[in-house]
Amino acid sequence: MLELKGVAKAYGSQRVLGPLSLEIAAAGTTVLIGPSGCGKSTLLRLVLGLVTPSDGEVVFEGRPLALTELPATRRKMGYVIQDGGLFPHLSARDNATLMARHLDWAPARTEARLAELCELTHFPDDGLDRYPLQLSGGQRQRVSLIRALMLDPDLLLLDEPLSALDPMIRSGLQKDLRAVFTALDKTVVLVTHDLAEAAYFADHLVLMQQGRIVQQGTLEELEHSPASEFVTDYLDAQRGALRPSPAS
Amino acid sequence: MSDRAHAVIVGVVRCRVAPALLATAVVAAVSLAVPGRVTATPEQSPATHDPSPPPASAATVSLAVGSKKFTESVILGEIVTQLIRSTGVEATHRDQLGGTRVLWNSLVGGEIDVYPEYTGTLRHEILGLGSAGDDDAVAARLAAAGVSMTAPLGFNNTYALGMTESKARELGVETITDLQRHPRLRFGFTSEFMDRADGWPGLRRRYSLPQPSVRGLDHDLAYRGLASDGLDVIDLYSTDAEIRYHRLRVLADDLRYFPDYHAVVLYRSDLATRAPAAVAAISRLEGLIGEQRMIALNAAAKLERQPEVAVAASFLAERLGIHTTAEVETRRQRIARRTLEHLGLVALSLAAAIVVAIPLGIVAARRARIGQLVLGLVGIVQTIPSLALLVFMIPLLGIGAPPALAALFLYSLLPIVRNTYTGLHDIRPELLESADAMGLPRRARLRIVELPLATRSILAGIKTSAVINIGTATLGALIGAGGYGQPILTGIRLDDIGLILEGAVPAALLALAAQGLFDLGERLVVPRGLRLAASE
Repeated sequence: MLELKGVAKAYGSQRVLGPLSLEIAAAGTTVLIGPSGCGKSTLLRLVLGLVTPSDGEVVFEGRPLALTELPATRRKMGYVIQDGGLFPHLSARDNATLMARHLDWAPARTEARLAELCELTHFPDDGLDRYPLQLSGGQRQRVSLIRALMLDPDLLLLDEPLSALDPMIRSGLQKDLRAVFTALDKTVVLVTHDLAEAAYFADHLVLMQQGRIVQQGTLEELEHSPASEFVTDYLDAQRGALRPSPAS
Repeated sequence: MSDRAHAVIVGVVRCRVAPALLATAVVAAVSLAVPGRVTATPEQSPATHDPSPPPASAATVSLAVGSKKFTESVILGEIVTQLIRSTGVEATHRDQLGGTRVLWNSLVGGEIDVYPEYTGTLRHEILGLGSAGDDDAVAARLAAAGVSMTAPLGFNNTYALGMTESKARELGVETITDLQRHPRLRFGFTSEFMDRADGWPGLRRRYSLPQPSVRGLDHDLAYRGLASDGLDVIDLYSTDAEIRYHRLRVLADDLRYFPDYHAVVLYRSDLATRAPAAVAAISRLEGLIGEQRMIALNAAAKLERQPEVAVAASFLAERLGIHTTAEVETRRQRIARRTLEHLGLVALSLAAAIVVAIPLGIVAARRARIGQLVLGLVGIVQTIPSLALLVFMIPLLGIGAPPALAALFLYSLLPIVRNTYTGLHDIRPELLESADAMGLPRRARLRIVELPLATRSILAGIKTSAVINIGTATLGALIGAGGYGQPILTGIRLDDIGLILEGAVPAALLALAAQGLFDLGERLVVPRGLRLAASE
């Protein structure tokens, strides 16, 4: 599905990522976790081609990312960022259907898809004609998710999608998000700095530190056979946060 | 003498090369935007006149008469215009075009066909002959330029220095030499007199004048300076209507410094074949206007506030028995015409600027290096004084609306380019990344995301340009472009507040209207989602 082969990213002499290799199988949710600045967001942006690797290559669905095919390839990926990245001059509806309109989808098809996703994400119909500034943070993230899913992508990439929300809204949206992942059976890569959230979503955890992958596997594997002292330290530091999470 | 072009005009025409380069880039576009412009084609260089122009019947020839921006020249220009019309040849009067350089270059370039000039100005300022050149030299130089000259019209309007009668008597000043004894007198001279070879520099040397306080100002303001005791000595023209009105003493030129300034009419030599009737008519003015007559005509226009058109008409009726149908516009017609002229200038130049500046702003935002260059260039254009920029355009585009349009176009660029650049540049990077991550191609991203997000900024730039443009367009009158500047110019010349307001008030109203219109337009153009941001 998605493979990073010896990928590294450096700005001048400053190496920010890798070299690292990572394989992500179809279906299932992979969560990238690690302290801030460990390179997990950069990894997502490499997958999208927003950042070009200094070394190595990203292979998506069997083909290396090519600069000329980027727009077409990106349409097979959905991307959600922390504050949603919604265009403030467009209504929720126009934000969600922007690409469909650009690709000249039949209006009926667009409407049907939109209705389907609204229901799936629990986004109220009457919110569609509002502008991002008129929506709450949680609803903005729902619209952002609808926008990312509009073209029915094979891969869904989420970069700290819940971090900007307050705890109540966050837990509600967490449930909805997991329900969506399960319902759609997509390949999902999610970035978070929060272990509780990671444990809640992850089929597979990837722990990163200073641009490298330290260990990957399930939470149990990380807990019981840590690859290094850092893994234990990181889990211990976050353990307080693990208990009250919806996963426990 | 009698040339009251701004010193700036004279000064800048002499160094027109660098801005000409700058301007060349836009000339083509602007020329395209102005159909039917009378152009001075490069082939028409003064020395190579077509020896056999096609014989034109009087009905098809249309002549342009020019005049400088002071009353006497306007009256003479109007007399010549009406006289030519009386022969059945069409003639238009492009009045108050500016100073000597503008008129002479326009005549040689074929933008105008006729204008009144003074022999002293011709010899010293235009031909640079000095006192050595004799009449034959003048004739030879004129012939080489393809210009002909009438015999003197009958009066000598020379430079003179003047003081109020009361002050002159108090200090016992009768001649210019007497001024040496009063070094603390304050002098106020027209800017052109300050700069010309035959003006103040030479006068100061000839008479060894010691006065340190000498300032340059507009001639019409100088009289007011005298009256309010802000100045002691000013330069005068010996046919000025104000000499008697303000009770001034004309100081004797006891060392005979000032040359003769006999009024003549200059015209393009090709008129002899193009419109012989017009040439014959103009020659009827030779020796016809004496000094007292000219003072009376000036007084009628300046002191009695008769329109020059009417002053000229009654002169022709009285002296030559020619009755012209001099149409004097009503105030309403005048304002309507000038509104149209002004709107034309603003609308065309602003439209062209929008079409050019927005893409420039986009390029500037896309490519940092080109962006710095573009912003730098339009910034430099903005630093050129507006009057200078207008004059730079004359050699390239002649006189009238085209050079004014080009200058206004250039002035309108900066605010729009800068605001387009800023509007695009300030878009949050994560929004651009979101657009990219969706798979939106660059061009679609610009159209669907970037430009809409920048509309408020771009619109604000256009609004700024429009308001600046409306104000600057009033200067267009100096080079014959018309508009609200025309009554302002005339009003300053005639010391007529009413006339000044007739231009200034509509211009201010127009600027306000433009502002209101753009505020309204903002509601239509700026996306609703963005306007929410401002209200919350």
